[in-house]
Amino acid sequence: MRSLLIALLLFTAVPTLAVEPDEILADPALEARAREIGKELRCLVCQNQSIDDSDADLARDLRVLIRERLKAGDSDEAVMAFVVDRYGDYVLLKPPLKPATYPLWLGPLAIFGIALLVAFLYLHQRRRTALEPTPLSPDEERRIRELMDRHR
Amino acid sequence: MRLKFLFPILVFAGLLAFFFIGLGHDPSLVPSPLIDRPAPEFDLPPLEAGAEGLKTADFMGRVTLVNFFASWCLPCKAEHPLLIQLQKEGRVRVVGINYKDKPEEARRWLAEEGNPYDRIGVDPSGRVAIDWGVYGLPESYLVDQKGRIRWKHVGVLMPDDWQEDFLPRIERLDP
Repeated sequence: MRSLLIALLLFTAVPTLAVEPDEILADPALEARAREIGKELRCLVCQNQSIDDSDADLARDLRVLIRERLKAGDSDEAVMAFVVDRYGDYVLLKPPLKPATYPLWLGPLAIFGIALLVAFLYLHQRRRTALEPTPLSPDEERRIRELMDRHR
Repeated sequence: MRLKFLFPILVFAGLLAFFFIGLGHDPSLVPSPLIDRPAPEFDLPPLEAGAEGLKTADFMGRVTLVNFFASWCLPCKAEHPLLIQLQKEGRVRVVGINYKDKPEEARRWLAEEGNPYDRIGVDPSGRVAIDWGVYGLPESYLVDQKGRIRWKHVGVLMPDDWQEDFLPRIERLDP
């Protein structure tokens, strides 16, 4: 029972956000949009966290900035563009698809393709050798005939 | 048959090349989209009462090194002697933006260590720094005579960085 409870608690645990109470906007719709944007932006100080997850000073400044832009009536895209203009595509946790990022997006597909090709060639070759059995030697032929005769 | 024997070797060579290039990069260095673009518009108050602050128009006419610094930033102390030397040499104009600092501490620090800056703008909220794409102090920018950002250096500015990254660009901008 207790282990079940622990498991349940572990499964329902949500990651804590660094967003502080004084940053949260009064308008829940606007705040929800700010959260969505914050999740997509990389904190440049601690690079594998989003700015919503990060306690860094700069992440906080950016969160506040995002909320200001949203309150001023900017669209989500405009807010994203505002940050990308200053820090580059690198701040996007989901990088955009463009020539410079083709290897990033298409690389895994290409590697998967190569793996498929190698697997196909390997299996193909194995089946061909399997389909062409080496003929039995006269000695083996004789033993089979003996066995079949005995069980008739 | 011979091809099949080569295959793992080729894959290994490919991986080796990949890692060689990848591990040679410093992932903490973020390429700036601001290179070759005009410096952001700003107008910051001075650190000392009565002195001039720093604004975008100040970049016109001279190649300028813009250094973001703070008294709480330890690495900034490491590059301070170089900044003082650069100011003495006078090859470029050196200006500073004091980032999220207590003014009295910044003043004390400059009084103790020397002031390499021709002008200082004070950015207590860090908003101007965000416009410049600053993400960690110290950062130094080379701005040309027309107010365009030409180079960005993140971290302590060492004499080698100056020789290799800044001087050749300054030579091209202002022969």
